[in-house]
Amino acid sequence: MDTTETKDRQTAIVEAESIVIRFSGDSGDGMQLTGTQFTDTAAFLGNDLATFPDYPAEIRAPIGTTAGVSGFQVHFGSREIFTPGDEFDVLVAMNAASLKVDLPKLRKGGVIITNTAGFDKKNLGLAGYPADVNPLEDGSLANYTVYSIDVTRHTKECLADLGLSMKEIERSKNMFVLGLLFWMFDEPMDYTVSFINEKFGKKPEIAQANIKALNAGWNFGDHTELFATRFKVAPAKLPKGEYRSITGNHATAIGVIAAAEMAGLPLFLGSYPITPASDILHDLSKYKTSNVKTFQAEDEIAGICSAIGAAYAGDLAITTTSGPGMSLKTEALGLATMLEIPLLVVNVQRGGPSTGLPTKTEQSDLYQAMFGRHGDAPLPVIASTSPADCFNTVYEACRIAVEHMTPVIFLSDGYIANGAEPWMFPTQDQLKPINVKFLTEANGADGKLLPYKRDEHLVRPWIKPGTKGLEHRIGGLEKQHETGNVAYTGANHAIMTHNRIEKIEKIANDIPEIAPECGSKKAKLCVLGWGSTFGVIKSVVSSLIEEGHDIAHVHLRYLNPFPRNLGELLSGYDKVVIPEMNNGQLRMIVRSRFLVPAEGINKIEGQPFTTRELREKFVDILKNMH
Amino acid sequence: MAETQELLPKLTAKDLASDQDVKWCPGCGDYSILKQVQTVLPDFGVPKENIVFISGIGCASRFTYYMDTYGMHSIHGRAGAIASGVKTANPNLSVWVVSGDGDSLSIGGNHFIHLLRKNFDINYLMFNNQIYGLTKGQYSPTSEKGKVTKSSPFGSVEEPLNPAELALGAKASFVARSLDRDPKHMQMVLKKAHQHKGSSFVEIYQNCVVFNEGAFFPFTEKETKKELDIFLEHGKPLVFGQNEDKGIRLDGFTPVIVDLKADGVSASDLWIHDEHDKLKAHIISSFSDTEYNGVSFPRPFGVIYAEDRPTYEDAVTIQIGDLIARKGKASLNKILSGDKTWSIL
Repeated sequence: MDTTETKDRQTAIVEAESIVIRFSGDSGDGMQLTGTQFTDTAAFLGNDLATFPDYPAEIRAPIGTTAGVSGFQVHFGSREIFTPGDEFDVLVAMNAASLKVDLPKLRKGGVIITNTAGFDKKNLGLAGYPADVNPLEDGSLANYTVYSIDVTRHTKECLADLGLSMKEIERSKNMFVLGLLFWMFDEPMDYTVSFINEKFGKKPEIAQANIKALNAGWNFGDHTELFATRFKVAPAKLPKGEYRSITGNHATAIGVIAAAEMAGLPLFLGSYPITPASDILHDLSKYKTSNVKTFQAEDEIAGICSAIGAAYAGDLAITTTSGPGMSLKTEALGLATMLEIPLLVVNVQRGGPSTGLPTKTEQSDLYQAMFGRHGDAPLPVIASTSPADCFNTVYEACRIAVEHMTPVIFLSDGYIANGAEPWMFPTQDQLKPINVKFLTEANGADGKLLPYKRDEHLVRPWIKPGTKGLEHRIGGLEKQHETGNVAYTGANHAIMTHNRIEKIEKIANDIPEIAPECGSKKAKLCVLGWGSTFGVIKSVVSSLIEEGHDIAHVHLRYLNPFPRNLGELLSGYDKVVIPEMNNGQLRMIVRSRFLVPAEGINKIEGQPFTTRELREKFVDILKNMH
Repeated sequence: MAETQELLPKLTAKDLASDQDVKWCPGCGDYSILKQVQTVLPDFGVPKENIVFISGIGCASRFTYYMDTYGMHSIHGRAGAIASGVKTANPNLSVWVVSGDGDSLSIGGNHFIHLLRKNFDINYLMFNNQIYGLTKGQYSPTSEKGKVTKSSPFGSVEEPLNPAELALGAKASFVARSLDRDPKHMQMVLKKAHQHKGSSFVEIYQNCVVFNEGAFFPFTEKETKKELDIFLEHGKPLVFGQNEDKGIRLDGFTPVIVDLKADGVSASDLWIHDEHDKLKAHIISSFSDTEYNGVSFPRPFGVIYAEDRPTYEDAVTIQIGDLIARKGKASLNKILSGDKTWSIL
């Protein structure tokens, strides 16, 4: 595409099927925002995509150091995209530290766009380069296409006459880079311009500066003869429909709003801020006009306890957290199990144990979700498979909670919580109904109330305080069958324990059977996954199938109870391999439950699997099976 | 606050007793508290289906099972957090927390201070027996220094908490104290707690017959009570003593005990109790364990402090109402689509 000013210039436009860009800079460089804006624009143009924000736990780690590098990765394409990509085609490196951290994952021949101001002596030193070594000048980047631009100076020049402080001007340099990338990928700037106007509505001078810097970046690409190549990524052939871009945490937030509305219940969130789950609290706090009450509790325990109180009072009640908070909620979760009231517990997993890796991803809370309570206290556990899938899965978790009168644990993780993808969103009339019934009259003989009388699913009635004539007491002490009165006899305890266990097992009749995502039920090798590894496994297995390998992908969303045909399905394969971002938690459960000699592929590096590493493992296993 | 239903026949104390056998030790102070609560509740005119008792763990917390209202006997220390959720979800319920000194001040200390600070319209009854009863006799956060118990055979080395001081520090909007052996006084305090819109904290001295027998006898028994207690009444001078012959005067910020007969001081010179005066409430609450100029002060009972301020649940309801009035109720379809969408054709 030519513009009038550059009619005589030839910049080749290369058609690409998919591109991975890594925006990398200091924590304060605005890389998350830059990446998000680029992503949203690509989504509007009809690309399929996946993103991976990858940032440090410190809000502002020492400036210029490798510890402070914040990255945002987007993989967009004209074909279906399942992962944020193993390696980058384009690396935007705002300083020396970011180049140092991210260069190893740039593909050979890839493009580097740098801000030379971030490669001065001081920055090079902070990044740990030896004295007098500047990678931009020593020829070490000869295998890449390097564009060295003094972004800071260009931004200063174009904003010189706006009367802004140096700090405010510096802050706009990410917009210059974004403008340049929009030019480079031939994408329009309208979306970002309207975003800036909205975001800085009350500070028009800042909005103006950002838009000016954005345009300057575009014009820089257009006017200078620096760039030999531009790229064009055609729209993807996604199913027809209306789309939006969504992150896992946002999908979780609106999933519970939808569930509350479809259940006809007010929504209550009791939560204490924790990375990477806080965005769900932030999002729900914005939806007050949907009759959402958000309660920022004094601690994690009060987060779940206030939700238990709200559930008792008749709300759809949820609490959101991550691993360490989950540990604190454990005792109260036992209470909710004993009370048999509906409650949704969202655990956005991160690297553990203890404080662990707060901003990095892991799937290592499965044991905790399955077994982490004292006593025999099983609960439904359900895990989402992608950012957009958080909506359906959390909606289903809410449905199970209220229809089966039980706390439900919903597992997400940092990878899908912060990652985004296009989503063909449903309309209200496409949502599955959620049936809620409150008891309004005594349910026993002679007008007696039996709070723990069970229906055919072993579910007890939900009784709201305020209902006349049904006053009763419940609590954490063992209850007598049906009456709910305190009872300590051994026989009764056995009955109640079995009831609580069977009630959860019976949920298997209320969830779908499982079928392979791709490949047959009788393939040689079955790759069994759960949660956020869905995209990467699907991408690898489907391409191996195309290449003629006898392999299948089975993916679990329901972890407790398992789909009722899981054992039978797994027994049809010669071998089952389970990739997990933990040390083999699903593997142990599957082995003990079905006596299947499943093998594990385990990654505990705070980073999701890459397609390359899984492909190598699968091919290896297949080879050894001959 | 729960609505009154005037057309219904008035409840009696008996209507509020559940069918469960009360299982506290014979002679436990909890019996009296249960009786006084069941006695005064009918006067409030709240239908019993709108009353909820939430308790934690400990002897006191069994209270819930004995009330024929809605109730939850929960887990140790968390009654306040659960009650916060109940009240926020349904502000029409009359919510009562029943807890002990260990439950509220030790394991539940965090929820305690935040409940008071946030000011839910909840009545919070803390039975203080200065001992752990249900675990069979260890010192509690209110046990006196030097207390010999199973877990402190050589005497506790810990400084006790003063619950009223803590409550004031946590910005409680209502702080009162009463005694298990003074039914009339307790009924009066319970009524005031109920009438107060906001978190009403009531500390009740409660005798543990088994593990801390007589801990409060100096304050509850006829022989010593009048010398050691001071009963506060709003607008009335601070007077105590066997023959109501002693008073308390303020010398700057320092309280001074004066002899009403000998000093020729008249009641008009005395400190007049103003339950809305926070600074003075702090001084009164400190009487329990602070000496001024080497003099010990009588233990204060009654309403130490009361302040009108918006409740948490009202603020939440108003904020949601205002937003809906201004912006209208959000449509689910609009939430599902968000602001920016695109079509694949």
